[in-house]
Amino acid sequence: MTKPKEEILLDDKKINRAIARIAHEILERNSGAESLVLIGILTRGAYLAKRIAAQLKEIEGAEVPVGLLDINLYRDDVHSKLDQPIIQRTDILFDVVDRNIILVDDVLFTGRTIRAALDAIVDFGRPRSIQLAVLIDRGHRELPIRPDYVGKNIPTSRDDRVLVRLNEKDDREVVVAVKGALKKPAKKSTKAAEAKPRKKGGNTK
Amino acid sequence: MKLRSRHLLGLEGVTADELSLILDTAESFREILDRPIKKVPTLRGVTVLNLFYEPSTRTRISFELAEKRLSADTISFSTSVSSVKKGESLKDTVRNIEAMKIDMVVVRHSSPGVPYFLTNCVESNIINAGDGAHEHPTQALLDMFTIRKKYGTLDGLRVVLVGDVKHSRVVRSNIWGLKTMGASVAVCGPSTLLPYEVEQFGVDIYTDLDEAIDGADVVNIMRIQLERQQAGLFPSQREYTNLFAMTKERLKRLKRNYTIMHPGPMNRGVEITPDVADSKSSVILDQVTNGQAVRMAVLYLLSGKKEKEEDDE
Repeated sequence: MTKPKEEILLDDKKINRAIARIAHEILERNSGAESLVLIGILTRGAYLAKRIAAQLKEIEGAEVPVGLLDINLYRDDVHSKLDQPIIQRTDILFDVVDRNIILVDDVLFTGRTIRAALDAIVDFGRPRSIQLAVLIDRGHRELPIRPDYVGKNIPTSRDDRVLVRLNEKDDREVVVAVKGALKKPAKKSTKAAEAKPRKKGGNTK
Repeated sequence: MKLRSRHLLGLEGVTADELSLILDTAESFREILDRPIKKVPTLRGVTVLNLFYEPSTRTRISFELAEKRLSADTISFSTSVSSVKKGESLKDTVRNIEAMKIDMVVVRHSSPGVPYFLTNCVESNIINAGDGAHEHPTQALLDMFTIRKKYGTLDGLRVVLVGDVKHSRVVRSNIWGLKTMGASVAVCGPSTLLPYEVEQFGVDIYTDLDEAIDGADVVNIMRIQLERQQAGLFPSQREYTNLFAMTKERLKRLKRNYTIMHPGPMNRGVEITPDVADSKSSVILDQVTNGQAVRMAVLYLLSGKKEKEEDDE
């Protein structure tokens, strides 16, 4: 089997510029950082949320609290996935009631992760608003969800895999698309394929 | 990383990696209990049967709450008001209830091996909530969770299990789990309450409490099962209390950062004095809270595991 083709979508400089721009847009839209809180979706959304918070501090001098959210308990495909996700620790140490929440994730794809995150946040209280910031919007939404702040819009095929790699976790800083990585290998027996519940992309990014 | 078995029958043979996975997952679930809405939708659509053939307060409520906090549907079954009274066998009872589409069964029974027996009768995931004097895995897991939360690790800690070693399933599960995680384990009790061939467990054995707890980090005190004391295994309750009760004076023998545990229900003034039970180093109520998180983790990790997936790594 040949190695799947990787295409670099963003390099480290472009990632940083995108985060800086998103931070500016957040301040502009909300007329400052007051009442703002950031919630990053684990794992990489959490790093991005921390970086946006650092930017907000640099621009406005404001300390914006950052929360971490594990959405796996709210997934709609917990039981259809073969590998059960490892549950990480949700850490939201502030009151979300009446705050303007910026929800941060790395890649926006089907929208199912965001749906799960919205359900999770509502269990913590009733925020004044929830806005969505993503580094990459790759299209193919399956739910009526749209981002408020986007690092970069990238047209992809549904079978492509978009990978965000960040220094904090991966020791490299790049966004790549792997062509055809999500394509299911052709099933030998059609019967087995039918028996499996159809999971259109699920929460896979 | 995932669990190898689709059932939790005991901690004997469960690997350190698996135990760590359960404890780490419980750590994540613990936070849910501090939320304003203590409920997540993870097990929506999963039906759990709580099959209690023996009385229980803590374990049963803890399991029921854990199930409800994960949004599972639960049915609780107690033998006193069921057809068991009409003579229906265990196997028939469970098979009939399973025919109503059950996914998981939490079982407590006075006979050791009942959970294992059930794995051969039904398709559901089986969780042992105590079987005779055999094992009580979720209790040991919550004990280990509570210790780990305080010390950060189990490795190298000295844990003494005091009391009725012979009849206690909590002791057995604790021995297996703690030893796998690298703790040094000792048991202590009157020789009539130590089981035959207790050496086989590979733990230190004491009949003198003062010696046993010398330099220990954790003392886990088992309940004296008063209902079994007609057998005359010790002369009198008072003598037991004199020799084996955890008292304030005895605390001096422990390491400075010591911990007192008890799986409940406590006989205050028998195996533990009230001042010890209510002291700052007693984590007895933390154990109860943590029990929910541990049971949520176990339910989550076993849920949806089907027959064919077992051992397919």
